[in-house]
Amino acid sequence: MITVIDYGIGNLKSVVKAFEHLGVPVRLSSKPDDLFRSEGIVLPGVGAFGEGMNYLRKNNLDQVIIDFIHKGKPFLGICLGFQLLFSSSEEDKEISGLDLIKGEVKKFDTQIVKKVPHIGWNRVELVQDDPLFRDIVEPRFFYFVHSYFAQPEEEEVIIGKTTYGSYNFASVVRKDNIWGIQCHPEKSSDTGLAFLKNFSEVVNKWK
Amino acid sequence: MLTKRIIPCLDVKDGRVVKGINFVNLRDEGDPVELADYYNREGADELVFLDITASFEKRDIMIDIVRETAARVFIPFTIGGGIRSIGDMRQLLLAGADKVSINSAAVKNPELITEGARKFGSQCIVVAVDAKRKGNNNWEVYINGGRKPVGKSVIEWIREAERLGAGEILLTSMDADGTKEGYDLELLSRAAEEVSKPVIASGGAGKPYHLRDALSKGQADAVLAASIFHEKEYSILQIKQYLAGQNIPVRILT
Repeated sequence: MITVIDYGIGNLKSVVKAFEHLGVPVRLSSKPDDLFRSEGIVLPGVGAFGEGMNYLRKNNLDQVIIDFIHKGKPFLGICLGFQLLFSSSEEDKEISGLDLIKGEVKKFDTQIVKKVPHIGWNRVELVQDDPLFRDIVEPRFFYFVHSYFAQPEEEEVIIGKTTYGSYNFASVVRKDNIWGIQCHPEKSSDTGLAFLKNFSEVVNKWK
Repeated sequence: MLTKRIIPCLDVKDGRVVKGINFVNLRDEGDPVELADYYNREGADELVFLDITASFEKRDIMIDIVRETAARVFIPFTIGGGIRSIGDMRQLLLAGADKVSINSAAVKNPELITEGARKFGSQCIVVAVDAKRKGNNNWEVYINGGRKPVGKSVIEWIREAERLGAGEILLTSMDADGTKEGYDLELLSRAAEEVSKPVIASGGAGKPYHLRDALSKGQADAVLAASIFHEKEYSILQIKQYLAGQNIPVRILT
């Protein structure tokens, strides 16, 4: 069973609906017991960094996530859930992130790109092979909506990159059993569904 | 590279698509969910449902459509038409809509933009503007389905809407709408220069080059169109192939 963390913000249901559509057993929950007993966890979300982190901390979910990851089970962060994996964000400087992947989340500068947020379909260019991209061939178009992008400290965690204006940012990362993706696979039509299906298969093989 | 979005718009009345596709092999071509699914398979980048249901009691039908679409069609979709309150927004977003589009209500109560952006994130809040040309390089905002002028300049209003928290601007030229003679490119490019949020062009699409012009000369980030797709003059794939050939970045499925 995959658990999608219910943390009160954003349109979390679409991730659940995508898994349901794929026939993957899934539940939406914020109960520590449910999370801990899951085979895989997805942290989705749209919203602000500080608000997201505060919610996780207030409900002790940050520790649950860290414990789950230490057990070595597959974890996927999507959009805000991806950004929360990092150490900090320019969006809310005084609030630290989960710090599971070293690096900072930064804001797109309107001096560099005219339109912020980065909204629409853009490509993920793979820099490393990864099981989550199995059978997903070029051009790998995904749907993005974000004003902030992550800058990992270690180059090796970067699986995929995306070009927006003169930015070339890390759109997919992986560190051991932790994956993160900036775009919205649950809104990226067949390509995104294939990505989520691959995650469910990784989860299945893992247990 | 970020691609330009092609967005079919479906008018829904009492739960049925009006002016729907006539030539497609669907079980029920008036069913909004079937059509949404069809357009997704054809390569639409997003969808807009415009609820033109007049009677208040029948509005719950739209919620069911949203719920069903969200369970079957995995591209972003926006609901517009008759959204007047934070409660209306919440209901649609909870049912699975990705964005809500507000028009008259935003003009009457601009606070709604701010409040919606604060509660749900500005990426959910599309401000739709009906613009009518008034002299040279000047456009006036109309509300109530284009029936009532409000004495506001379109350019000033979209700047204000952005400042209040709009995530995107859906800009319809009332002069061009229905003519099939092309988008109002002057309006679009003025708007694109004024705001840093994406501008979605609407009104006037009849030929593929109209979409090209809106996206190039008009500097729009996305184009909305209805009849050009519904009447099956061109498929989305055909239009995208044409645009790609004109050096406009689009998402084409292979």
